[in-house]
Amino acid sequence: MSILETEALTRSFNTIVAVDHLTLSIEPGEIFGLLGPNGAGKTTTIKMLTTLLPPTSGKAYVAGFDVVSQARDVRRVIGYVPQMLSADGTLTGYENLIIFAKLYDLPKSERQDRVHDALNFMGLEDSADKMVRQYSGGMIRRLEIAQSMLHRPRVLFLDEPTVGLDPNARRTVWDHIQQLCTQYGTTILLTTHMMEEADVICGRVAIMHHGIIAAIGSPEQLKASLEGDNVTLDDVFIHYSGDILDAGGTYRETSRARRTARRLG
Amino acid sequence: MQEALTVRPQGQDVQLAGLASQTIAKPGNPFASFINFIEKTLIIAELEARKLRHDPTELLTRAVQPALWLLVFGQVFTQIRAIPTGNVRYIDFMAPGILAQSVLFISIFYGIAVIWERDLGILHKFLASPTPRAALVLGKGLSAGVRGVTQAVIIYLLALALGVKMNWNPLALLGVLLIVILGAAFFSTFSLIIACLVKTRERFMGIGQVLTMPLFFASNAIYPISIMPAWLQVISRVNPLTYEVDALRTLMLAGGSSSTGLGLDFGILIVSTALFTLIGARLYPTIAN
Repeated sequence: MSILETEALTRSFNTIVAVDHLTLSIEPGEIFGLLGPNGAGKTTTIKMLTTLLPPTSGKAYVAGFDVVSQARDVRRVIGYVPQMLSADGTLTGYENLIIFAKLYDLPKSERQDRVHDALNFMGLEDSADKMVRQYSGGMIRRLEIAQSMLHRPRVLFLDEPTVGLDPNARRTVWDHIQQLCTQYGTTILLTTHMMEEADVICGRVAIMHHGIIAAIGSPEQLKASLEGDNVTLDDVFIHYSGDILDAGGTYRETSRARRTARRLG
Repeated sequence: MQEALTVRPQGQDVQLAGLASQTIAKPGNPFASFINFIEKTLIIAELEARKLRHDPTELLTRAVQPALWLLVFGQVFTQIRAIPTGNVRYIDFMAPGILAQSVLFISIFYGIAVIWERDLGILHKFLASPTPRAALVLGKGLSAGVRGVTQAVIIYLLALALGVKMNWNPLALLGVLLIVILGAAFFSTFSLIIACLVKTRERFMGIGQVLTMPLFFASNAIYPISIMPAWLQVISRVNPLTYEVDALRTLMLAGGSSSTGLGLDFGILIVSTALFTLIGARLYPTIAN
């Protein structure tokens, strides 16, 4: 059975339809990428799947739980790293983790081990007692991922996990995402507008545009579906959406992305 | 694909081990949910207390304003005896009022932190966790209470230096502690509700400014209700700050007596805090949209 399923999932804001009858199913252990420019509906989709935003219509199930009527159950089995910075800069890395270990009801006897495992796994053990505002952008991202996997979620949602990171930090984050999947069997749904990111780490991708899925498949399948040599995912995107990647997005999204990029840089 | 298939069974085991430990606080029985709510409220308050421990300067800068009120306004008005406070010296009369004011000023801008956390993305992570919404709200309220208690300590010291006759009965001190925490929780939750409704920092600051002074002046904080014009008396009677001040005045001062009744004071603060926590819990998720 699929670990994540949506049926005609729709969300509109006033007259704008941000996500339009999205039907999708993701298998356990997959790394699935939602691809698209700003404003394509990726973040809105993730917000609905993480129970932050009620759908206008349609259904969605995560690990068999309905995101509307069983929201509490969904929240127990998911992890979520928002696009914006979600670690608290005024606390240490350790404190950021221990608070979440408590919020997720990890038994007292296991908390310390889990927190230290997570710090080790993400290569942050040495910076555990430093204030997060002294971390580099890549370290903050790794801490946030550590925070979201403490309770061993069955599905992990990563919204633009590498936005604003330099190429080195980006590679490290990719490595950790892949390890998370192989070591713990976590299903990962990530959004990105970077074709390279999707190509390197995603088993399957869906190209989203104006709230609908324009194409879906493995990166190889999508590239093979186009004629010619040296087809890249960028070409695939342009082919299926009839648009270029940097289509923009709203003022609010742009300012948010810039702010995130600035804080991470 | 082949690789993913071989990994899956192993992964599934790990997930189950993890999931088993997560069934502890499954809702179902109301008593267990209530315990869970209290636990989570305390964790959120712990988080805020840890932040305060890393940077306590805020507590000192916050103490400047009440110190000025007591040292300047209080001493001058004590000299000129302009305000009829019966057989209580004016400085004694106003000290509990200034404590309530100080707690109000800390709490009423609390909502801005929520808007800030929303803008940063911290809020979304909390909302996607299984923490009860009401615990997120009341936890913030309790942490405002922690800040309020530190103000109480400073004001007690100032009052002592100014020769205010204080009541040192441990039960009375405990009562002051409770009232300060309740008052802080009430006004910070009120602030959070406003933040959820207005959603932006700019609008929030405007409304915060508009609310603070009327709440303060339409209360018995620095003059008795009996000298107010009739219309203001009506407003101050529905202002929870009045009941907070009355309780503080009763419990803080040696020989203090209540004009509204201590039971009513506690009752009003408890009921209105509970009500606002419930409203806040309903509105809280909407701020993330």
